[in-house]
Amino acid sequence: MTTPTVLAPPAEPTPEPKRSRWNAYSGGHPLVYVVALVIVAVSIGPVLIAVLGGFRTNAQLAQDPGGWPDPWVLFNYRDAITNPAFWRFTGNSLAIGIITTVVVVVFGMMAAYPLARYRFRGREALFTVFVAGLLFPATVAAIPLFILVSQNMGLSNTWWGIALPQAAFALPLSVVILRPFIAALPNELEDAAWVDGASRIGFFWRIVVPLSWPAMVTVGVVAFVGSWNAYLLPLLLLQGDTRTLPLGVADYSSEYSADIAGVFAFTSLAMLPALVLFLVLQKRIVGGLQGAVKG
Amino acid sequence: MKPPAEPPLKATNRPGRRSRRDWRKSAEILFFVSPALVLFGAFVIVPVLTAVQMSMYRWRGFGPLENFVGFGNYASVLTNSVFQGAVANTMTIVVGSILLQLPLGLAIALLLNRKMKGQGLLRTIVFVPFVLSEVIAGVIWFQLLQPRYGVIDSLLGSIGLQGPQQGWLGDRDFALWTIMIVLTWKYLGLPILLFLAGLQSIPDELHEAAQLDGASWWQTQRKITIPLLGPTMRTWAFLSMIGSLQLFDMVWVLTRGGPANSTTTMVTFLINQGTERGNYGIAGAASVILFVIALTMAITYQRIFLRRDTREAGR
Repeated sequence: MTTPTVLAPPAEPTPEPKRSRWNAYSGGHPLVYVVALVIVAVSIGPVLIAVLGGFRTNAQLAQDPGGWPDPWVLFNYRDAITNPAFWRFTGNSLAIGIITTVVVVVFGMMAAYPLARYRFRGREALFTVFVAGLLFPATVAAIPLFILVSQNMGLSNTWWGIALPQAAFALPLSVVILRPFIAALPNELEDAAWVDGASRIGFFWRIVVPLSWPAMVTVGVVAFVGSWNAYLLPLLLLQGDTRTLPLGVADYSSEYSADIAGVFAFTSLAMLPALVLFLVLQKRIVGGLQGAVKG
Repeated sequence: MKPPAEPPLKATNRPGRRSRRDWRKSAEILFFVSPALVLFGAFVIVPVLTAVQMSMYRWRGFGPLENFVGFGNYASVLTNSVFQGAVANTMTIVVGSILLQLPLGLAIALLLNRKMKGQGLLRTIVFVPFVLSEVIAGVIWFQLLQPRYGVIDSLLGSIGLQGPQQGWLGDRDFALWTIMIVLTWKYLGLPILLFLAGLQSIPDELHEAAQLDGASWWQTQRKITIPLLGPTMRTWAFLSMIGSLQLFDMVWVLTRGGPANSTTTMVTFLINQGTERGNYGIAGAASVILFVIALTMAITYQRIFLRRDTREAGR
């Protein structure tokens, strides 16, 4: 799980033993490309229609829903960019995402370290408590969480009120990813640190944390994307100015349902950050998901 | 997993004597573990236990918990025809997602695994829908599916077909299946990605050997590749099942459970009861039932399918 490389470049083409069957193994069959094009069209077609729809007028959309912008108009995007609500939603999503990510990574690392490198009674039981958390989906606890956070803690409409529960639900997966990673660090490192007079906290801080960057990035990205996309808890707990981007998109879409071009522009802008993050950190996200599957 | 490192200091410990170092070690463990444990306890364990407690009361969300009704809420939920419909809808989505996405994902993964130009780009594009939030994907599809003025109906119109009068999401007979198609679009990237990873771990020599023996591409896939993907497919199906049981966002954005409850899932039912109607006891009972169903399915699945994989992996 250390460095999963799903999207690694394809292996060097193996020399064909015999060219008896026309490209049967090597791909390159024209039909393969046709099918591939269909897959591409279906995958990003709806996204492109939304992006292009933002460059059209509602009249154009009504006349020919699937058409090309003619002429291209910019005012839908201009309106969305100059909409202060859009930036407020984005700011909230960003702040909540960052708090969630930092809490998950810091607390997750701290919890995974003794679970990986200390021997003590009840260690496996403690680990099981966290693993059991994988079975508690946020939806089951949603209503009590809503009551707890809003009535008992008075944290409704705050960044922390969303970030802390989200971090708590992301913790099990982080511990499950981080523990084997930290356990796999060679024992010689610990012995050497011990000889050099480092305490175990010193070992954690000077050796484990710097060496765990890949796993920490994976855990962080998974937590951030989860928080960025979250809908249910924010829906229950956030009103007005503290709402996040998914809530803003859903609201905007129902409030201005007649202005389809406007909705397309707003939605397209809202999906941009997650798409850019994905393209930049593609391998990490993919690796994190696979790590999560393989355990 | 390798046993964790045992630091040298343990060697100086003798049973029956608690040294200062022992205390220090306990304090360190406590220091490292407690933040996570407190957070997890407060926001996961406490709410889950509260849901169980809440389910035993007729409670409207204010004041102290009183009006203990025992299993009364469970009886009302289980005999509620809307909830029964929600269970049926959820199960349809659990099964339908696997039946749609498994063959499609497998076919596309086998295709993408062939050496071809633009392979990396293709893999990225296929994964794009998976990265979008369900809400954004839902809003886009809501617009595409609008009756008459939506792109889908307009495309159908250009080949002489017509969508349902009330629109795909407004027609009781079509709404759930429409949601299923959108879910397939949204989540197909995951099986493709996992299967591709599985395919990469299959050594090339197997294919070459089969090829030298005169096997066709399809024979090689059927006899070698697909069976070796078995564990990956079973793991994915497990994840898909758990995810489908939790379905909420997409349904809420597309239909809110309508029309006439035809797309209500267990989660939209309990959220609707809890937040819009203030029936917290009913919501609590529904969430406990959902949890029990999920746990039962997870354990059953694990017993039947996954245990074989772990046993084989351990050999």
